[in-house]
Amino acid sequence: MNDMTKFDRFVGLNETKISAQGVNVFYGDTHAVKDVSVEIAERAVTAFIGPSGCGKSTFLRCLNRMNDTIDGARVEGQIHLDGEDIYDPKVDPVQLRAKVGMVFQKPNPFPKSIYDNVAYGPRIHGLARNKADLDEIVEKSLRRAAIWDEVKDRLDAPGTGLSGGQQQRLCIARAVATEPEVLLMDEPCSALDPIATAQVEELIDELKRNVSVVIVTHSMQQAARVSQKTAFFHLGTLVEYGDTGQIFTNPKDPRTEAYITGRIG
Amino acid sequence: MTSLAFFVLLLACVVGYWINRRGAQAIRADGQRLHSLASYHGLFSALMILVPVLTLILLWLVLQGPVIDRLTMAALPEGALDGLDSGGLQLVLAEIKSISRGQIFGTPEDWKIAAAEHHVALKARSSALMLGAVIALAAAIMLFARSRVGAEFRARQGVERIVSGLMIFCSTVAIFTTVGIVAALVFETGKFLSLVPLREFLFGLNWEPQIPIREDQIAASGAFGWVPVMLGTLVITVVALTFAVPVGLLSAIYLNEFAPQRLRSVAKPILEILAGVPTVVYGFFAILVVAPAIRSLGTSLGIDVSPNTALAAGSVMGVMLIPFISSFADDALSAVPRALRDGALALGATRAETMLNVLFPAALPGIVGGILLAVSRAIGETMIVVMAAGLIAKLTVNPLDSVTTVTVQIVTLLIGDTSFDNPKTLAAFALGMMLFLVTLVINIFALRIVRKYREAYD
Repeated sequence: MNDMTKFDRFVGLNETKISAQGVNVFYGDTHAVKDVSVEIAERAVTAFIGPSGCGKSTFLRCLNRMNDTIDGARVEGQIHLDGEDIYDPKVDPVQLRAKVGMVFQKPNPFPKSIYDNVAYGPRIHGLARNKADLDEIVEKSLRRAAIWDEVKDRLDAPGTGLSGGQQQRLCIARAVATEPEVLLMDEPCSALDPIATAQVEELIDELKRNVSVVIVTHSMQQAARVSQKTAFFHLGTLVEYGDTGQIFTNPKDPRTEAYITGRIG
Repeated sequence: MTSLAFFVLLLACVVGYWINRRGAQAIRADGQRLHSLASYHGLFSALMILVPVLTLILLWLVLQGPVIDRLTMAALPEGALDGLDSGGLQLVLAEIKSISRGQIFGTPEDWKIAAAEHHVALKARSSALMLGAVIALAAAIMLFARSRVGAEFRARQGVERIVSGLMIFCSTVAIFTTVGIVAALVFETGKFLSLVPLREFLFGLNWEPQIPIREDQIAASGAFGWVPVMLGTLVITVVALTFAVPVGLLSAIYLNEFAPQRLRSVAKPILEILAGVPTVVYGFFAILVVAPAIRSLGTSLGIDVSPNTALAAGSVMGVMLIPFISSFADDALSAVPRALRDGALALGATRAETMLNVLFPAALPGIVGGILLAVSRAIGETMIVVMAAGLIAKLTVNPLDSVTTVTVQIVTLLIGDTSFDNPKTLAAFALGMMLFLVTLVINIFALRIVRKYREAYD
């Protein structure tokens, strides 16, 4: 818990990477996200916390337009990435997603070899000029995901054969292999045991040196450990957004205080 | 009389149920705790009556015919049957039976009329006896079941045991039927192979079963090599799959991944209706539309096309298989976890890349299993080829030529008056046996693939 204070003073230096203004999301008739405005800082970890069904994952999925793939989902409002509107008709969601990577709640490696899992993104985006290039990207990505030493001797083994924590780190390696500028993580540790969770958290800390990380989590301890900024969602609205230290020690909104002290949720 | 017996059975079950339930309820009313609910006591009685009495009735109905026939024949006057062989005896019995039903042709001898009356009397006695036996047995069981009613009696376990016995019986019916079919096939095939050597059947390149065979000429004439027939089946199967696999897969991919929800909700049921069209209708389509079209197209291109081409039969069979393959592939694609799709999309893959690189490979084992099942359907398909394919077995792989198939040959060999002691008829069973073996192997293969696939994602 004490780690967070170390980074707090740097937050102010970071520029805004993603800026959302008045975002509303509807699933059919359900109004899942209500008028959310938030500024996400570059090269920092932003945590979304809140009780189940509060819209934090839905909002996260707006940031790389994954909601487009859900029938009946509708997004209103403005989301700018580096000052560019990502919902502009000119924007290709496929290219956006190469820039804004995502890691899911449940590890979802493809039923391919470990190597092919990591190489998939670089291949479809043509990032490697030749085999040696690709090998280098795969190794680098696996190293960044802190899993290289565990799998370097069995890159041809199926990714589905790894343990849960290894699978999740493989998925992170797969996501960072396309060199995203933003990495969205939707409860990345909820299916992992405490040791694997600690490894992933350490990894997130490493990643923020060159990537803006947005993480949805159910665990307030996790938010406090890994993030510099925290947003608290409740019933589809953004209740409070601020520096992590301030949210957890001195929340302004009574609902935030109630949640972090365990009275709602 | 038979319906009366069934009525008695039903009545006994209801009464037995009611009596036992009342008995159990009385015990409960006395303040004792029952081990089983009162309705279980009732069901126990009803099932205890149902199973043996129903067995008795069915056995009686099966056995009474032969027994009565035997008794009728035994009661004929001395000397009436002298000099008759088994066929003659059958004729006499048939005549007596038809007289007993009132159908009299010409003027039968007096002893036959007497025998017919005896036959009628025997039948009446048998029915009465059966009814008596049913009533006696039902009453005995009812009393026995009533005597078991008590606070400690485990009626529920009894009911469960009987019901699970019934379920075991039902689930084995299909298995035993299959065993019976295979046994019949093996038996007839054995007879065939005693007339035609196995080597000739398996490796012979000629199939001419139409040639009438005199008994002293069996080995000399008629050719029973199954190779050209099986080759015809394979040609038609390959043609059918060439049409069905790409169309079926692409339609499944489109419906599963790209089609808007509204189109999908209309197109999928329509595709499934295609699967319900009787194959004889496809046969019409093949003869009346496809075959002439292919022929006239061939003529206009200057190619010699026979009137009943393998292409016509195969392509129509392909149309029949499209919904089969499509729905199998659709199920396999839908079974791929959504997380994999999301994972690929989140990496910036297009929907086409997601389908091609992730979903399709993940679903491939299921799709292959479906295609193999379609192959065994194509091999066993009969009606379309009977109508649209040829009869002469030619050793050719040209789809514009006329070929015959295993199923067509089986049908033509068994149509009309047949006797089951010449190789021509018995060849049908040998072909059936081979068909059974081939489809069995393919099915086992397909099921293994499908099962392996299921293990991959749980």
